[in-house]
Amino acid sequence: MVFSYFPGCTLKTKAKDLDLYTRKSAEALGITLEELPDWQCCGAVYPQAKDEIATKLSSIRSLASARDLGYSLVTVCSACHHVIKRVNHDMQTDEDIVLRANNYLQLDTPYHGETKVLHYLEVLRDELGFDELAKRVKNPLTGRKIGAYYGCLLLRPSGEMQFDNPEKPTILEDFIRAIGAEPVIYANRNECCGGYITLENKPLAVKKASAVTASARANGADCLITACPLCLYNLKENAEGDMPVYYFTELLAEALGVK
Amino acid sequence: MQKNQELELTATIKRISGVNPRLCMKCGKCSATCPAFDEMDYHPHQFVDLVDKGQIEKLMNSKGIWNCLSCFACLERCPRMVEPAKLIEAVRLAVIRQQGQNHLKPEQIPDLLDENLPQQAITSAFRKYAK
Amino acid sequence: MQRIGVFVCWCGTNIAATVDVKAVAEALGKEPGVVFATDYQYMCSQAGQDMIRDAIKEHNLGGVVICSCSPRMHETTFRKTAEKAGLNPYMVEIANIREQCSWIHKDMPTATEKAVILGRAAIAKVHLNAPLTAGESPVTKRALVIGGGIAGIQTALDIADAGFPVDIVEKKPTIGGKMTQIDKTFPTLDCAACILTPKMVEAAQNENIRIFSYSEVDSVKGFVGNFHATIRRKARYVKEDVCTGCGLCTEKCPQKKVPNEFNLGLDNRRAIYIPFAQAVPKVATIDPNYCTMLKSGKCGVCAKVCTAGAIDYKQKDEFIEEDYGAIVVATGFNPIKLDRYDEYAYSQSPDVVTSLEFERLMNAAGPTAGTLLRPSDGEHPHTLVFVQCVGSRETRDCGKPYCSKICCMYTAKHAMLCREKYPDTEVYVFYIDVRTPGKNFDEFYRRAVEEYGVHYIKGMVGKVVPENGKLKVQASDLLSNEQIHIDADMVILAAAIEPDESARSIATMLTASMDTNDFFTEAHPKLRPVESPTAGIFLSGVCQGPKDIPETVAQAGAAASKVIGLLAKDHLMCNPCVAEANELMCNGCSSCEKVCPYGAITYSDKEFPGPNRTRVLRRVASVNPAVCQGCGACTVACPSGAMDLKGFSTSQIMAEVDAICK
Repeated sequence: MVFSYFPGCTLKTKAKDLDLYTRKSAEALGITLEELPDWQCCGAVYPQAKDEIATKLSSIRSLASARDLGYSLVTVCSACHHVIKRVNHDMQTDEDIVLRANNYLQLDTPYHGETKVLHYLEVLRDELGFDELAKRVKNPLTGRKIGAYYGCLLLRPSGEMQFDNPEKPTILEDFIRAIGAEPVIYANRNECCGGYITLENKPLAVKKASAVTASARANGADCLITACPLCLYNLKENAEGDMPVYYFTELLAEALGVK
Repeated sequence: MQKNQELELTATIKRISGVNPRLCMKCGKCSATCPAFDEMDYHPHQFVDLVDKGQIEKLMNSKGIWNCLSCFACLERCPRMVEPAKLIEAVRLAVIRQQGQNHLKPEQIPDLLDENLPQQAITSAFRKYAK
Repeated sequence: MQRIGVFVCWCGTNIAATVDVKAVAEALGKEPGVVFATDYQYMCSQAGQDMIRDAIKEHNLGGVVICSCSPRMHETTFRKTAEKAGLNPYMVEIANIREQCSWIHKDMPTATEKAVILGRAAIAKVHLNAPLTAGESPVTKRALVIGGGIAGIQTALDIADAGFPVDIVEKKPTIGGKMTQIDKTFPTLDCAACILTPKMVEAAQNENIRIFSYSEVDSVKGFVGNFHATIRRKARYVKEDVCTGCGLCTEKCPQKKVPNEFNLGLDNRRAIYIPFAQAVPKVATIDPNYCTMLKSGKCGVCAKVCTAGAIDYKQKDEFIEEDYGAIVVATGFNPIKLDRYDEYAYSQSPDVVTSLEFERLMNAAGPTAGTLLRPSDGEHPHTLVFVQCVGSRETRDCGKPYCSKICCMYTAKHAMLCREKYPDTEVYVFYIDVRTPGKNFDEFYRRAVEEYGVHYIKGMVGKVVPENGKLKVQASDLLSNEQIHIDADMVILAAAIEPDESARSIATMLTASMDTNDFFTEAHPKLRPVESPTAGIFLSGVCQGPKDIPETVAQAGAAASKVIGLLAKDHLMCNPCVAEANELMCNGCSSCEKVCPYGAITYSDKEFPGPNRTRVLRRVASVNPAVCQGCGACTVACPSGAMDLKGFSTSQIMAEVDAICK
């Protein structure tokens, strides 16, 4: 199993753990992640306006580069995944964007959304299989009660993300079971933590992040896992109380005995 | 704002957002699900209503455009696929695309930083609040 | 060449406002063979019909072209007119210059030109028309009703009352349908069981009615008046004629953990069960998915306790073959699944229920014996939130684009009953619109607000968060432009309703058409609302579209009267526009037989003159005119051009095309 890998800026700086444990767990599982040689920042938010072209170009460069290498493109940060997946969707469906982006980029072969974009969780679920993952676990996290925090970006808009049922997702819970722990279902797992607003309106970010941790705590979670560096920051730094929050890859590496 | 100027702006908002406000059946689920409701003067369902009525100026002056969390809950849960989040972004763009109307300036940044803040937060804030 | 008369209808202003009718009559009057052409305000009126009749006699017409509305509207009218004047009714052609011309064009010169072209095509066709005579087929005087809910029961009772035998086929172990699960009925609040169970018993005791419960229709062949059905009686592992319904087995069965579908899984039943006390037939059924004896051969408790000796673990599915003259579809509905609506936390908290589940929780025969208790802890709930339109009026894939029609009224009923029985409760109803157009309906809803103090809030619920024993409801109040938060004990979701999942396969079996939502299509939305476009198939209840109990009963009666009208006839006139095989051209390839949706084509070996006065055997197609519905599929499938459709022959169609392209 070989994939092109798009780590993203935050994983090179503040979220090094997310990157490190992704690579270590992949290695332990026999998944080869080849970092794209010329990746650029995805822009961190998906530009929704139909006339925003320039802000999508860096994602398209990465997508085209993965296509030329012949691999599916794997991301791990929720925000990168969201942006790249949706830009790819535009390149598959919006003729105007396709035309103007290709006119601008002047690639050797115009890009039309050929690359398959996968989140690392999707690789574990659909390519490796959670049953197979469970078999590879060396240190099952037995007895740990873990709340999955999906946030917004992995799930919505479900029509484009095609990740899971946006209101009743199961992928992270299945992942938690596969590493031997017990998933805790709580209603705010797919509600916004307010991470994007932290610079603009910190009190709002505090309120929203606290609602998430309170909902998780009320349902018996010992800790949360996430795939998003901004969610992790917000839930750890801004939420009231101190609910431990981990990248899902960190617990994966722990269960595989490579932490 | 002149009447014809506002009409033109309304057409632009509809075009760049790709949203047809007439699809709205006024159920209010967008505002029911909005996590930033209390921080907004005009709420998601009013964005749809006021764009439909061509009253863009009110929205451009609202604080709602800066407090939308871009969580897409309104867009996902709308029973009529109206996508209010796209309208809010289009109105925000209509503001910051004007000269000198950037909502976030680079010199503000250092004071907002802390040790653990991922740059994702800074990049996204610039993308959302400045041109 | 025929002597043809052309009659151009104004249809008031429907046609005349866009089409210059006089110019059309004048232009068509010059067409070859046309000896008379005129126009008139309403051709379908008595005066208009008299004009046609007189012209046929006066001008000795051999063919008539009416330029008017769609043939679906008045073809029969004008054919009868012609017949009265002594002309074969199939010498009448309609040029549709309303739906296909005046209604879709704005510009008069264009519309007029098109009307002339359409008229010219009809004239070209009439030239090649030949008189046709309809044959007759006998009528089997027995009806089949598919589905034994209130719709099916009422239809069957009405047909039986007229003296015709009826069979009800119900897939569940008992008849009664959804109404058996309902507590009270709006707007009178009488108990559903009290008005339904007498009808169930009446159906069981009526000597003209046979009930096949726990049975399904496997196949249907034939055509109006002459259907042949195979009914599969599923093995219930209990001899229906021996079981006394004493219920001892259902108390002794050791398998106690079977979700009770009658109470929507809110409690459990045994592996052998009688759905409820008033079930008809009141006999036990063994659920093969849970019975230890059937699964592993070890147990047999029910057989041991049954004094009547009714248990038969070796029972097999039985098949019954029967002929019917008419078939009524009454397959009903189900609430939609709520997997994609978990923002309301339906899967996360047992205190979030559907309205149908709420019926069971309020019902004296339900899991709580009629005391409203919170499912999670059995406590008395104080704050209840009702959410309307969950999945209704929704254009997303997971929802339904239509209004489910019954939810506004049953929610008002639930809210009212709640406040009446438990005055200490606070009851909120979130609505988009309150739709109560029925007799005494709006008054009922207003009573809930004015007399019972139910809080109606215009807005929607956006999220329900179960936390610390409460349901935190986040919602919009559009009139006060606020987001409100309610700590509720229970949330009740008015889930959209959809046709039963069996509807599509039954529609295919019956070649009855459906709309995009899997509701059966009626022959005419206003004028033939209880008939399917497929002759002999009738529609009763929600299978045709959302409706409440009074409407369902009314439609059930209407469907029955249509069935009675059909069964009262000894013979039916067949449609003479059927396919016919030219045996000399047929090469015996079977292409037509394979595409025929009605099984109207058979092959046989026939002797034909061969060379040198010999006789040769050739395999040729023949069409059963009583079964053929005239769809024409065979005529396009036939590679040798041997199949032709009477009244719509290839030469006639080509003449029309030529006339249009001239």
